Amino acid sequence: METKHCLSLIVENKFGVLTRISALFARRGYNIDSLTVGMTEDEEISRITMVVTADDQTLEQIKKQLNKLINVIKVTELKKEESIARELVFIKVKADGRTRSNIVEISNLFRAHVIDVSKDSLILQITGGPQKIKAFMNMIEPYGIIEFVRSGITGLQRGHH
Amino acid sequence: MLASKLLFKCLEEEGVELIFGYPGGALLPIYDAMIDSKIKHILVRNEQAAPHYANGYARETGKVGVCMATSGPGATNLITGIASAYLDSIPIVAITGQVNRDLIGTDAFQEADIFGATLPFVKHSYLVKDPKDIPRVVKEAFYIASTGRPGPVLIDIPRDVQLENLKHIPHIDKLNIPGYKPTYEGHTGQIKRVLRKIKQSKRPMIYAGGGVVLSGAREELVRLAEAMQAPVVTSFMGIGAFPQDHPLYAGIWGSHGYPETDQIVKMADMALCVGARMSNRGTSTAVLNEKEMIHIDIDPAEIGKNVNDTNIPVVGDAKIVLGEILDHDIQKADPAWMETVHEIVAERDQHRDDDLDPNLGGVNPRNFFRWLSDTVPEDTTLVADVGLNQIWAALHFQIRNDRKYLTSGGLGTMGYAIPAASGVCFGSREHPKTVIAVCGDGSFQMAMGELGVIAEHQLPLKLVVMNNGKLGMVRQQQHDNYGAKHHYSGTDINFNVPFVELAEVYGFKAYRATTDEAARQAMTEALKQPGPTLVECTVDPDFIRF
Repeated sequence: METKHCLSLIVENKFGVLTRISALFARRGYNIDSLTVGMTEDEEISRITMVVTADDQTLEQIKKQLNKLINVIKVTELKKEESIARELVFIKVKADGRTRSNIVEISNLFRAHVIDVSKDSLILQITGGPQKIKAFMNMIEPYGIIEFVRSGITGLQRGHH
Repeated sequence: MLASKLLFKCLEEEGVELIFGYPGGALLPIYDAMIDSKIKHILVRNEQAAPHYANGYARETGKVGVCMATSGPGATNLITGIASAYLDSIPIVAITGQVNRDLIGTDAFQEADIFGATLPFVKHSYLVKDPKDIPRVVKEAFYIASTGRPGPVLIDIPRDVQLENLKHIPHIDKLNIPGYKPTYEGHTGQIKRVLRKIKQSKRPMIYAGGGVVLSGAREELVRLAEAMQAPVVTSFMGIGAFPQDHPLYAGIWGSHGYPETDQIVKMADMALCVGARMSNRGTSTAVLNEKEMIHIDIDPAEIGKNVNDTNIPVVGDAKIVLGEILDHDIQKADPAWMETVHEIVAERDQHRDDDLDPNLGGVNPRNFFRWLSDTVPEDTTLVADVGLNQIWAALHFQIRNDRKYLTSGGLGTMGYAIPAASGVCFGSREHPKTVIAVCGDGSFQMAMGELGVIAEHQLPLKLVVMNNGKLGMVRQQQHDNYGAKHHYSGTDINFNVPFVELAEVYGFKAYRATTDEAARQAMTEALKQPGPTLVECTVDPDFIRF
């Protein structure tokens, strides 16, 4: 059965590394849901967090094929119970004098922030796991979401590894 | 030091003796620097052939083969050869010229993104943007190409990088590639499980692939098979992994092996697979999924890729892992199992020409390769192209002792044999040996420009062209899929090249044979010649069985 899995990759910060990874996914027909790339404490190393949809056998192959890339140093699956994973979302929602305070109130309940205000819209920022974001989007949707952007999930393993 | 000169210094340090290349604008500084180098350049006649020369050279010598081409069309011409080396895990390094750094991305003259174009079928690749990286990149490239599971590595070097002058040359003592640590030794616990599985098995078999040939594990495989008393079948790339005259040898498995081999495989209750990647052509995953399975491979990604239920995976080098297994007591199978296998093989051998129409004219390829096999030395390298010629040679020319059978097994690249066999000749030039290249009239015409190289260097290559005026293997598939003759489509070669006269123009000794007897005589003469020869065998187009 296909389920979502979060993979954390430690890669060498070298020319073409992202191309190699995306080309691998395209060529072997793996499904990639989201991907984030960022610096780490070591400037020669980057961290990539990706969410993939795969059954167990395909997931195993994804990990092995990623490990086969010379520039990929380590592949770790971020399992829910052993790691933290969050996503950042900006939502531009319709808001006028009549609805603004309701939206702000909902945002407060979810610990979302208002980061921009104009006369007929708001931009909200929320951070959290997929469930929390889904619940928040459901609450905001009736007010009219103009557009939104999601960063994709990023995460770390808990404790010392 | 000029970066282009530094490149040659680094290549010399890697033990490179030959480069198969073709110059061009973006390689001018490299070709200029080559004048002062000890490395010899072999000018190929089309870049498409260059990686195949390097491939044949690598497979003959065990060293990394090197090919080189200029930017743009030169580089894109290398692609098929690089992909061929990738699918067969052959260690080659391809060096390409690139346009100046400031022109990259501008669609400049002869600019092609060869780094991007070859990404799906290189083991690794580099675009050298800083000349200081040359020593590290060259060292890494040769290390990566030749270790673990071998494969092709590309180095793309912009022209202005080649022209930079370096005051300080970085010295590379030790490589640091944190993401590349091949596993050679098998896990002790897994080896124990292998032994237990062998013990439990009633009808074990061994399936050997190209990994056994690459790691030089033939002797270990023979010892293991004898200890287990198990039949050994191979893939096409596995030809040479096990002596074909050995009583435990049971044939080539897969779409182009004998049905009897398939029958033996189906009867086995356990398959010990070593150095084989379970390709759709060499294996039936449905058959393997029904058995107990041990899979030994140096590439962990091959285990479980095509066959889902591998009971015992062992990651490691074939030679080392088989050696580790052999350190223990190994359970012999019930002799009744091998008796059954021998009965099937004997039955096959008795009837293997029953499918032949007695009215077929021309040279009988089966007879020809059986005779050739009885005639040539025990260290002969036979390079087969792709098509009917490849299968005839594989099934009827016996690979035993130090003989080698080379072909483009994974990609099935036509035009492979002439340059690859030439690469074998270059690789064995200090101890010349019998090298035979087998082509069809189709595959010959894909690479015949390279005859110029063979003539120039007077390579002792024995070319054999099985001429049926058709693209025989496709035509055979059309026959088997669509039946009637009017379904043949695009497989007639309607201009019959006078191959003998063509070869004579290049100074070859050339012979034409239209009967078995004439083919034997022609080949006997050819084998006596010190220089290049060509034997053209006329084959009946309806000779479509292997």
